[in-house]
Amino acid sequence: MESTSVPSPQPASAAAGASIDYDDDIVKKFLLASVLWGGVGMLVGVIVALQIVWWPANLGLPWTTFGRLRPLHTNAVIFAFAGNVCFTGIYYSMQRLLRTRMYSDRLSALHFWGWQLIIVLAAITLPLGLTQSKEYAELIWPIDVLIAVVWVIFAINFFGTIAIRRVKHLYVAIWFYMSFVITIAVLHIVNSLAVPATFLRSYPIYAGLTDALVQWWYGHNAVGFFLTTPFLGLMYYFLPKAAERPVYSYRLSIIHFWALVFIYIWTGPHHLLYSALPDWAQTLGMVFSVMLLAPSWGGMLNGLLTLRGAWDRLRTDAVLKFMVVAVTFYGMSTFEGPMMSIRAVNGLAHYTNWVIGHVHSGALGWVGMISFGMIYWLVPRLWGRPLADPDGPTRHFWLGTIGIVLYIVSMWAAGLMEGVQWRSVNEAGQLAHPIFLDIVHRLAPFYWLRLIGGTMYLVGAVMMALNIWRTIRGPAPDAAGPEPVPAPAQ
Amino acid sequence: MSNHEANRNPTPATASDAGYGRWHRRVLENRGGLFALLTTIGISIGGIVEILPMYTAEWGPETADWVSPYTPLEVAGRDIYIREGCYLCHSQMVRPMRSEILRYGEWTRAAEYMYDRPFLLGSRRLGPDLQRVGGKYPDAWHYEHMRDPRSVSPGSVMPPYPWLLERTIDPEDIRASVVALRRAGTPYTDEDVAGVPDALRTQGEGIVQRLAQAGIETTWDREIVALIAYLQRLGVDGRRHLEQQNAGGTP
Repeated sequence: MESTSVPSPQPASAAAGASIDYDDDIVKKFLLASVLWGGVGMLVGVIVALQIVWWPANLGLPWTTFGRLRPLHTNAVIFAFAGNVCFTGIYYSMQRLLRTRMYSDRLSALHFWGWQLIIVLAAITLPLGLTQSKEYAELIWPIDVLIAVVWVIFAINFFGTIAIRRVKHLYVAIWFYMSFVITIAVLHIVNSLAVPATFLRSYPIYAGLTDALVQWWYGHNAVGFFLTTPFLGLMYYFLPKAAERPVYSYRLSIIHFWALVFIYIWTGPHHLLYSALPDWAQTLGMVFSVMLLAPSWGGMLNGLLTLRGAWDRLRTDAVLKFMVVAVTFYGMSTFEGPMMSIRAVNGLAHYTNWVIGHVHSGALGWVGMISFGMIYWLVPRLWGRPLADPDGPTRHFWLGTIGIVLYIVSMWAAGLMEGVQWRSVNEAGQLAHPIFLDIVHRLAPFYWLRLIGGTMYLVGAVMMALNIWRTIRGPAPDAAGPEPVPAPAQ
Repeated sequence: MSNHEANRNPTPATASDAGYGRWHRRVLENRGGLFALLTTIGISIGGIVEILPMYTAEWGPETADWVSPYTPLEVAGRDIYIREGCYLCHSQMVRPMRSEILRYGEWTRAAEYMYDRPFLLGSRRLGPDLQRVGGKYPDAWHYEHMRDPRSVSPGSVMPPYPWLLERTIDPEDIRASVVALRRAGTPYTDEDVAGVPDALRTQGEGIVQRLAQAGIETTWDREIVALIAYLQRLGVDGRRHLEQQNAGGTP
């Protein structure tokens, strides 16, 4: 087990022996799992993107049709890739912020292997068509139970570490992690309540629009508390570390944290605008979604302004490139989201590719880029050696960024086009484009463009994986020459 | 300590030592348990305010007596619809907009979903909405469409589902579904539960006969028959009710 010794700066705790044995072995495991599942999830994404524009890619097999692989893609990138990234960053930063080893090595191991088991079970059951159909909550009820158990294990380890901390004050990153641990538990349990029919099938205790409301309360807050708050926590730790600057404003972080956790949870009904869901609920969802712009941009500004005085380093530091572009995309998608939640805009955007573009500006731009930045920052420190290809991150950065732009621009164009053509009515009061398939065929060029963008993003991720592989397999730090990397983070 | 000083800390790790003594640090950020409690309260309010009223008659979605629960065969078909992920390309929600009503038919009323467990409104229209597809095409059209979508819809981008024509349903498995749905709240009677195998066969044979008239030979227990039963049911209760209402409303 590898560990990093850190002399404690606090005289009061010097009696403890002045060095802390951090568990970096678990961090390495989560990091490698992130890289592996990220590649798998993005590859499935590219496959389903091809299936949309070229149906023979469904291969004529039950297990490989779009309807079964699409949930595999979303689950893999959200829970397998982003999930493992969160755990990597949390296990690394939490020990250092609280100046203690994790509460229990055994719970850490159970958390890691339990989570990977869930991922493997998902990869088996979803292609078999075993699904509950609720988006991002498709997994069948026995796996749901397993998720709850593993999450409780993680929560005990998390709060146990807080309990044994050697630093009294909880740094802002910890607040965001905490909201992640608590809220995901609540969302998962409430949304998954169901009556089992067999071991493989169940029916939700909620019916019709109530079920839809509960699902989107869950679904949008999976975005909020799985893809946003833990990643903001990572931003608050790793961005200042990489920039070697303190966070811009402590006060702003307090205000935007509490506003974000309170407001986010109300926004689910914006997925059901113009449905038969009672109007008051639709209006609440819309109003809170628009309000969410303020705390979201509070986080974005706090991140970007942390770089004040260090902007020149963007030219040379690939880690900072990734992080700054990530925070910029975060700002962009959290502006776009509230816009799309306005009823009139949603009437055009709903059910179109615009939504897909929006999701991916957040997923590829924000979640993906900050993850890559963090991983490139961590690998040399965890393994104590420089990257095998030090220019790799810069190439990955440009490939990924251009890929994202191709992806979201093509989906914006496709979404606007189909949205407008669906609703166009001519002077005689008839549909201007009565044949649905005609509109579908006009989308093909945009789909090919999206496929190119997505493939570029995937290639970047594979390059990262190969670079990390070569780094780990490379010469040990002793043989690599004098002081190849900055000393491990203190 | 001023905010400026608090910001001057060189790294996040040491930022925690700055500003010590501020009230929110003393009462909140130094206390993990209280912080967790307040976070839990903060994230609970929105959900409680939005979800609980759904269970009241005044604030929740409407229900109606002109909607009936799915038959066992339709339940089986709906499970297949879910298994194949049909809802990922086809929505079931006609919005109250002129263009949607022209394209798909009457906009969807809340009560039409009252027995939908899970709901299947969908989030993306790679293909057209299916809320009012019931009765739109003959049974044989759906059979051919699943076998080879391009045989009845030239240029379609939907993949074929030939295995639905071969695979069979298991009456005991569907009885388990009906029992679970009943436990969840769908008003099936004891007779409904006991009569699942007969109901499956009776409704299935009707579809088999209609398919035979089009020259298609199959049996009542094929998955395709159950799926056709479900698709032909979609939006029918609502459309019938609205037509009656309109007929009665106009002099």
